[in-house]
Amino acid sequence: MATILEESGFDPNAELKVVGTNPVKHDGLDKVTGRAKFGADAFLPGMLVGKILRSPHAHAVIKSIDTSKAEALPGVKAVVTRDDFPEKKEGTGAGDMTRNMMAREKALYDGHPVAAVAATSERVAKKALKLIEVNYEVLPHVIDPVEAMNADAPILHDYLRTKGAEKDEDKPTNVTERMVTQLGDIDAGFEDADIIVERSYDSKPMHQGYIEPQACIADYSEDGQVELWCCTQAPFVYRDRLSAILDIDCNKINVQQSELGGGFGGKTGFYGEPIAILLSKKASRAVKIVLSRIEVFRGTGPVAGTSYTIKMGCKKDGTITAAHAEMIFQAGPFAGSMYFNAPNAMFTRYDIKNVDVIAYEVLSNRQKVASFRAPCVPQIVFGVEGVIDEMSRKIEMDPIDFRLKNAAEDGHTTIYGDTWGPIGFIETLKQAKECDHYKTPVKEGEGRGISTGFWFNRGGETAASLNLAPDGTVTIAVGTSDVAGSRISISMMAAEELGIPVDQVRVKMADTNSLGFNRVTAGSRTTFSVGMVIVDSARKCIAELRRRASEIWDVPEDGIVFEEGMCRPASANVGDFEPLSIADICKQTTMSHGAICGHTEMNVTGAGPGFAVNIVDVKVDETTGRTDVTRYTVVQDVGKAIHPQQVEGQVQGGAIQGVGWALNEEYIYGDDGRLQNAGFLDYRMPVASDVPMVETIMVEVPNPAHPFGLRGVGEVPVVPTMAAVGNAIGDAVGIRPTSLPMSPPKVLEVIEQAKSEGVCKL
Amino acid sequence: MAKRSHVTTTINGDEYEFLCEPDQSLVDVLRNELELTGTKEGCSTGDCGACSISLEGELVCSCLVLGVEADGKEIETIEGMAPSADELHPLQRHFLEINGLQCGICTPGILVAAKALLEKNPDPTETEIRFWLAGNLCRCTGYDKIIRSVQSAAAEMRGG
Repeated sequence: MATILEESGFDPNAELKVVGTNPVKHDGLDKVTGRAKFGADAFLPGMLVGKILRSPHAHAVIKSIDTSKAEALPGVKAVVTRDDFPEKKEGTGAGDMTRNMMAREKALYDGHPVAAVAATSERVAKKALKLIEVNYEVLPHVIDPVEAMNADAPILHDYLRTKGAEKDEDKPTNVTERMVTQLGDIDAGFEDADIIVERSYDSKPMHQGYIEPQACIADYSEDGQVELWCCTQAPFVYRDRLSAILDIDCNKINVQQSELGGGFGGKTGFYGEPIAILLSKKASRAVKIVLSRIEVFRGTGPVAGTSYTIKMGCKKDGTITAAHAEMIFQAGPFAGSMYFNAPNAMFTRYDIKNVDVIAYEVLSNRQKVASFRAPCVPQIVFGVEGVIDEMSRKIEMDPIDFRLKNAAEDGHTTIYGDTWGPIGFIETLKQAKECDHYKTPVKEGEGRGISTGFWFNRGGETAASLNLAPDGTVTIAVGTSDVAGSRISISMMAAEELGIPVDQVRVKMADTNSLGFNRVTAGSRTTFSVGMVIVDSARKCIAELRRRASEIWDVPEDGIVFEEGMCRPASANVGDFEPLSIADICKQTTMSHGAICGHTEMNVTGAGPGFAVNIVDVKVDETTGRTDVTRYTVVQDVGKAIHPQQVEGQVQGGAIQGVGWALNEEYIYGDDGRLQNAGFLDYRMPVASDVPMVETIMVEVPNPAHPFGLRGVGEVPVVPTMAAVGNAIGDAVGIRPTSLPMSPPKVLEVIEQAKSEGVCKL
Repeated sequence: MAKRSHVTTTINGDEYEFLCEPDQSLVDVLRNELELTGTKEGCSTGDCGACSISLEGELVCSCLVLGVEADGKEIETIEGMAPSADELHPLQRHFLEINGLQCGICTPGILVAAKALLEKNPDPTETEIRFWLAGNLCRCTGYDKIIRSVQSAAAEMRGG
């Protein structure tokens, strides 16, 4: 359908009444009273409990599965295994997905589902799992991505060949792809350099860490209709992918999202949902599956671990002349780590003429990677900004000045081909340099780190409806998810466009039967994209309001203006009419003409890139190697903060997630390939007493493609974080760590090294 | 099957009776037997605090308490925090006004824990709030606005 949002109508001088204020979010009340319904908070009559049996082996052939004893247990209503999933060809999208949901030929990681039961109670379901006999032939496994590339490494899939391989060898491998990204002349770039720094880095998988475990209820009726309730960032993507792996038409799967108890990318793909659907089909009853925390760690996606080398050169005046990287990304048992983001984002924000990046995605016997804020970028920026820090120290240049010297400007053409409009990177750097934190001297015994980050920000397929009720109030149906407050931001943009108070607008997350396809809520796209679609829908309503006012007054349409929620005569020549409010027109015309509604379906483009600068102070304990973050400031270009409090919250939350990744969080595997820290006690996320307040400076360089100038804000905050903490530890200790997380034992090693080299500052 | 126990308890001032398995946790009973789902279950090991409730006036993780242990006891959950249908507890109000919540899954536990803190210590320092709430994980906010919400509610409750 055609849209009328050909011009965003962005006006830098517009007097905004709603956008930029901080109303209480409409979903907030239910969340402080306990009324809000998250994934696990719903019940259906006759509902069964579903439980999943998981492989205890990192790599094993499944020779047979005997479910007969479980099926015979009173109270067990259904058992499913690989045999219940439609066959999908190995190495295809659907083939990989179905095999990750339920192990088929082999179990490929500790925690890989091998069977599931539905029973009348949790107790019976757990007992039934113990009665399922799986005959495994345990195989050698590989988890480390560097080892997985070795010629003698255990092979996960015999069919796999490397896409883009240097040598065309018809031999099984664990490397899915070799990707080369180049710009300019890398050799000439290094020849021009006065100083060259080269360092190797690595990082471990970390988990998204949402507090709400995945939960769903599937109800498969006898006529083949599936009703699915679940916590998800991607109801439409769930529907389409479930359709693809279960051979059910899309229109027979209706996904209703619950409130979402955190996702951060981790709920863009499903886990228990297809299993619950198959169990429900077999049992002819609704089935609820709620993952335990152990299952969340063992069975859902952490991020990619990495191993990589960064080499950069600069002139004595600070100009970066060349940037080279060779990187390995650990994907888990199937491709799909989104590692391609790294070559495109790692150096982007600096204007570097000569770039050469080689990236490998490598399979290994660990959980499949799931998306996490700015997928695959922060763990690489950890190294990039480490090298930049070292270069700026070598030429004795202020770290912010060094970055300013190389900062991309408006109109910059990126390595991935986009040419940017107005961007705020230079402004964020300038404000960072002027802020109180940077101007305050580092405390005795502490260290300070600077780093920067970039994220593309996304648009994508978005469909929404805006309906004017007969009383003039507004309801909006969206098909995106609300990961942290987008409903209020969407309400505010609609209210601004319609000239009404935000309390007259309510946003509902619709089910998938009610709207056209919406892409995942991820990549910092939702408030931007839905904002575009909703403003367009509101403008359609305004056009209709003017048409109807022209009928009521019997004057030409162009004699009517819409201002502050009212249709008014454009001038005295049109006539002397009392302005008509939205409510007036709706009341007078809904019965005769039908309701006034706007709906828009767009593949939204024009997302403006986002940038952030971090300033971090740390104190490192010489005896234990423990690092405490003592002060944290984020300066971020947000385009225009629709709801500044919410934007600050995104920034603060992202920064503290990064602190966890920087200092503690990692998946630890035993020699047997089993995950050893599948719980919050041993997988240590930051708690309130670990961290300081996060000072937030919002820079607003508007994105003119959006009616209110906004840029996505959710991904950028985590991008520079680990690098900034690392640079601060380096400043405190004398040598900059190169391995994530920078946990106490690793920092102790760095302290020892600094002492032995005579550079320790502690 | 093990015999289920009959338990009588008071929740938010109302008497409840339920049957539960001998090994069934109190959070499981609250959520799945009584459908009081405001109390959340995030880990089942006492590490995340999402299931925080007050049991006989003590702040506990209800995943670490058995349903049978609630017999004859008084329980307060998030559902009982607001004094009436049209009045919120100051903590609830300040969390809304300061945006001390994002996704909201940890919020009930944090509110219950914060209420217990302010009953013991009406004027906590930032550090005291941070250590008291160290048993309540939040992944969205970075804690900044949670701490500020508690500080602000505490000030109002002190009459500041």
